[in-house]
Amino acid sequence: MLSASSAHSFCGFYVARGDAKLFNKASKVVLVRDDNRTVMTMSADFKGDPKEFALVVPVPTVLKRGQIHVGEQAAVDHIDAYTAPRLVEYFDPDPCMMAMDMKVGSMLRSEVAAPMAAKERSRANALGVRIEASYTVGEYDILLLSAKESGGLQMWLTENGYSVPPKASRVLSAYLRQGMKFFVAKVNLKEQSRLGFTNLRPLQMAYESPKFMLPLRLGMVNADGPQDLFIFALTRNGRVETTNYRTVKLPSDAEVPEFVKDEFGAFYRSMFTRSVRKEGGTAVFLEYAWDMAWCDPCAADPLSREELRGLGVFWLDPSPGDAVPKGGRGWAPPPQGGAQNVFVSRLHVRYDAAHFPEDLALQETGDRTNFQGRFIIRHPWKGDNECPGAAEYRKALRVRQGREAETLASLTGWGLDRIYRKMNLPEENDDTPENGDSWWDRLWKVGSR
Amino acid sequence: MNAPTQKRLDPRLYQIACLGTLLVYGLGWRSFDVSPAQIVLTIGAALATQAIGTKWAGLPFFDAKSALISGISLCLLLRVDSLWLAPLASVIAVGSKFVIRWNGKHIFNPTNLGVAAVVAMSERAWVSPAQWGAGPTIAFLVACLGGMVVNRAARSDVAYAFVGTFAAILFGRALYIGQPWSVPIHQLESGSLLLFTFFMISDPKTTPNARIARFLFGALVAAGAAFVAFVLFRPSGPIWSLVVLSPLVPFLDRIFPGRRYEWTLPTAGNLSKGEPHDSVAARARVLPGGRALGVERA
Repeated sequence: MLSASSAHSFCGFYVARGDAKLFNKASKVVLVRDDNRTVMTMSADFKGDPKEFALVVPVPTVLKRGQIHVGEQAAVDHIDAYTAPRLVEYFDPDPCMMAMDMKVGSMLRSEVAAPMAAKERSRANALGVRIEASYTVGEYDILLLSAKESGGLQMWLTENGYSVPPKASRVLSAYLRQGMKFFVAKVNLKEQSRLGFTNLRPLQMAYESPKFMLPLRLGMVNADGPQDLFIFALTRNGRVETTNYRTVKLPSDAEVPEFVKDEFGAFYRSMFTRSVRKEGGTAVFLEYAWDMAWCDPCAADPLSREELRGLGVFWLDPSPGDAVPKGGRGWAPPPQGGAQNVFVSRLHVRYDAAHFPEDLALQETGDRTNFQGRFIIRHPWKGDNECPGAAEYRKALRVRQGREAETLASLTGWGLDRIYRKMNLPEENDDTPENGDSWWDRLWKVGSR
Repeated sequence: MNAPTQKRLDPRLYQIACLGTLLVYGLGWRSFDVSPAQIVLTIGAALATQAIGTKWAGLPFFDAKSALISGISLCLLLRVDSLWLAPLASVIAVGSKFVIRWNGKHIFNPTNLGVAAVVAMSERAWVSPAQWGAGPTIAFLVACLGGMVVNRAARSDVAYAFVGTFAAILFGRALYIGQPWSVPIHQLESGSLLLFTFFMISDPKTTPNARIARFLFGALVAAGAAFVAFVLFRPSGPIWSLVVLSPLVPFLDRIFPGRRYEWTLPTAGNLSKGEPHDSVAARARVLPGGRALGVERA
């Protein structure tokens, strides 16, 4: 069902048993929040042997067995696909005929995966570490720890095969002082093979706490550069935003050249990197905000009621049948039988210690305005009919293509030369700067004539 | 009014310029989520409420300045998904000046009350405390400090007491928890916090009259803001703290008597204690209930 191991960390750090080299890059978290109730699904980009996998996450309370669950990776992937930035394409009509066709292409998804494992007791007391609870859930061995001080906790973790970076001590200590507990997970290999999963599935936890935040600081301890985190927030009321970092909307509704269709992934990455830089590396980006019941255009079908409940949307009743309309690829209408009452926000943050000294604090706003990261390509009309309209069209097209190239350059930071080369424009349309059509070229040419 | 020999420029004019600049900056460079319709409705409703209040209270003339300040401040602070909430906040804000009074002073900072009331009563209204980010801090600080310089005769002491206490709590907490200094520094760099400090809590009309009481009040609001942030774990601590603690001001004024603030004090000449020079104070003389003036008591 899921392919090779590609899992990894999020707000915890993945610590290796031994010295396996681990790489923290992209993680996904689904956060369901209403009132003081939170359900968090963690899915991470862990690349390595499951037995090397370990997760340490600070949590506000000690969790009971029933508060921990192993979720389905498919649901996380689905919400990722549903909320992903999308590309829409239009076809220019024959200017001599005038008719229009519209088609929706789409999307891209970020990468995914999942985590965990643990066991052991003993020395804990001597080190001031208290094992509050210990469970095996799915393929994971999970411990909930509290500790008197970070030194003991760190030693205990190290002795039990969690190679905690020395620098983590201070961060652990800060969480302990705030009364947080630690959720520690490792993969139980026996269980994993018994269950037959080759991949690590996402871990879920449900808890009640006024704290609406995401701990990032542990994850930065052993990071070798900035990490990407996707937060999919599911709420009842409206959009979620960060309260201690600026939430900025991703650029949207820009018209870009046709060739972007073939490299939308690269476009998205460059555009995101450039947006991050533009905001000084300190912003969180809103990539999607929508009522979960529909989409237009759809990068993927809206999630079913089942899937939403699986992700922790506790206020939805488990009702017979699928209340979510299937719109196929393209457009899905609002549901007939009453609203889903689920609003999704997709936040994307690239964080490192220098720019994100604090954990992310979040709030649900009353904003139900729909927003999507949407980009547009317009395929030119390729016919060779001749009519006054056609000549005019070709002239306007040239201007439009120049504008698209510039838009793309400003969104991604790609060089205009490269963009024009890739656009592969026909001769007569080629009025790029390198072809000597800058205003000064014209000036001297005119002058010398 | 008895014209004093030379009047200081009304600090509210400077404040309007400052807030207006910040609004333009926010709209143009920080992509504030405020529609032109919201701006027009907010400011329009603030001015209209002021006009009605002026008539109702029998004030000698309509003064747009304070209402304009409330209107612009609401545009800076309040975010709504239902447009009608914006003018409602204006009506509550400006209306409260005429209705919720004690000893000749209004009790709540109008903007503070308008925002808090609307956010508390509707799910469709909220405050985005991080909308300024930390990037423009320097420019922001300059603007705020500029505001303070002109406002110096007013109540910069309460602003200092607030921000000083709040900083002490943040640094103390970081020290206790073992967080790096970058955490409290980042918390203090918040544009919203500075805006609150220099344009809301320092409102001279709603702060205690005596300096000692202002220090105390500033410190209390800071402690309340920290309580909201670190015990209740809710955003916008300063706003909630101020609105809850504002009713303490009349008590502080009773315990620590002092001269009430007037917007247009003479820069030269003798000022007798509490001689009213502004419209609201003038109203208090005109109104039948005008005897309740704090100035008379002082």
